[in-house]
Amino acid sequence: MKITHADVEHVSRLARLALSEQEIDSLTCEMDAILDYVDQLNSLDTEGIVPTAHAVPMENAFRADEVKPGFTPEQALSNAPDAAENAFRVRRVIE
Amino acid sequence: MTIYDLTLAELRDLLDRRELSAVEVTTAYLERIAETNPKLNSFITVCAETAKAEAEAADRAMAAGETKPLTGLPIAAKDIFNTAGVLTTCGSRILGNYTSPYDATAIARIKAQKAVIVGKLNMDEFAMGSSNENSAFGAVRNPWELSHVPGGSSGGSAACVAASQAAAALGTDTGGSIRQPAAYCSVVGLKPTYGRVSRFGVVAYASSLDQVGPITRDVRDCALMLQAIAGYDPADSTSVDTPAPDYQTGLTRDLKGLRIGLPQEYFIDGLDDDVRRAVEQATTTCRNLGAEIIDVSLPHTTYAVACYYLIATAEASSNLARYDGVRYGLRADQAANLIDMYMQSRAAGFGPEVKRRIMLGTYALSSGYYDAYYLKAQKVRTLIRQDFLDAFEKVDVLLTPVAPTPAFALGEKVNDPLQMYLSDIYTIPVNLAGTCAMSLPCGFSADGLPIGLQLIGKPFDEAAILSTAYAFEQATTWHQRKPQL
Repeated sequence: MKITHADVEHVSRLARLALSEQEIDSLTCEMDAILDYVDQLNSLDTEGIVPTAHAVPMENAFRADEVKPGFTPEQALSNAPDAAENAFRVRRVIE
Repeated sequence: MTIYDLTLAELRDLLDRRELSAVEVTTAYLERIAETNPKLNSFITVCAETAKAEAEAADRAMAAGETKPLTGLPIAAKDIFNTAGVLTTCGSRILGNYTSPYDATAIARIKAQKAVIVGKLNMDEFAMGSSNENSAFGAVRNPWELSHVPGGSSGGSAACVAASQAAAALGTDTGGSIRQPAAYCSVVGLKPTYGRVSRFGVVAYASSLDQVGPITRDVRDCALMLQAIAGYDPADSTSVDTPAPDYQTGLTRDLKGLRIGLPQEYFIDGLDDDVRRAVEQATTTCRNLGAEIIDVSLPHTTYAVACYYLIATAEASSNLARYDGVRYGLRADQAANLIDMYMQSRAAGFGPEVKRRIMLGTYALSSGYYDAYYLKAQKVRTLIRQDFLDAFEKVDVLLTPVAPTPAFALGEKVNDPLQMYLSDIYTIPVNLAGTCAMSLPCGFSADGLPIGLQLIGKPFDEAAILSTAYAFEQATTWHQRKPQL
């Protein structure tokens, strides 16, 4: 096995994704099969090959630092699950 | 004449000659959608009221002499495009109630021409899938065979155009999501070169691979749509500041002097016999039109699917971190604390394939595995891209199948993620290389299922694949067949 039940549990915390025991079990099998498949990349010698992050070579795109119209507070909050006083409201962050 | 069976170009002509009004066209399409959508489930949202208002505005603009190429034409968009004032779900429960406050650039550009947006189309959740079975709003059915998938992830877009529910549609393509459903539904689909069309306002899946493109009835319409959406956008820092040529004037009827390459690695075991026959016949058609056919090699093809599933999932795990239940989207109410709220909201909002890809991507980026998986995949990507650049030293266009088989049955591959991923083996390398490609109808299987032909072009040479496709289309009749619904 390339990946264990405990690994999947650990990754689910990194991904901020709550999983049931059953989901962890099936993901362990599925991810193991996929990782086994992607292992074929190791048969390629990539020594000295420059990695490609973007297919079209480009430099950083800068723009002038100018104030432009954006969302109004009402627009920005229009989909908020919970809002108060022109802000997104969440549970207490610091206990 | 049935209004909803006309192409964009034919509708344009009738509108310009005042033989039809935009309101009449829109009404015909809205009736067609109401009649056929219960069978297909291709729409998530039908914009009946706003479409009528937009059609009236288009009629006023045409009366005032302000006609643009898409004015008054009924177009639908994959539900991945932010559309102001309209539900934009991306096929996910987590965005099930999200009404966008703004327009994606592609939407803004067709709106600027006073096109009529008739609705938002079903898709695999967050564009992750090859069958449209991963939608939180139910599977879409293939208009040619209702027991089969329309392909994915732009399955709603392809089914909608095939079933004449809109004259054209916008889709997105990260690993084949425009081309594969276009092939499965016998319509034309084009994935432009990365950077050709702005991604601003398109819900992100894998940012270095995602690209916006049209799905249409024929090649001329495809050129018309690409013209409308192509071009630099300061809001997308990866959009390229190179003017788009006039795609219409480049459409010609012969292929004299064109060099077409056949990548040997694409004609291998696992390629369905009917698909092989149709693509070989298409090759003969191109040769008869004057093209020179040359065998070429893309030696790293076999590694593309593995490379893609590391890069795409890694980027997805990062992009989808934004769905945390804070600013928009679904929030779980029963959480004990803030972290638990993130974890429970995401658990409740995402479907199984999205969870699988977030997990795989998070793993590939996690401490100790980054070099072995993500960095390795990025290096292999360089080799795959170089394959294409080498081949394009010898030929102008590559000709391949779009998918190894015609459309498969609903449920056939849903429990085997790896088999599902392999249905994208001929489309994925193009996204990794960042170049352009299109799918167009080239035949039917013995069972009557559509087969698609893929034409791959050099970076930013959409004009070459469009003109090749146009010549092929003029010499064949596949694009004239319509499904019986």
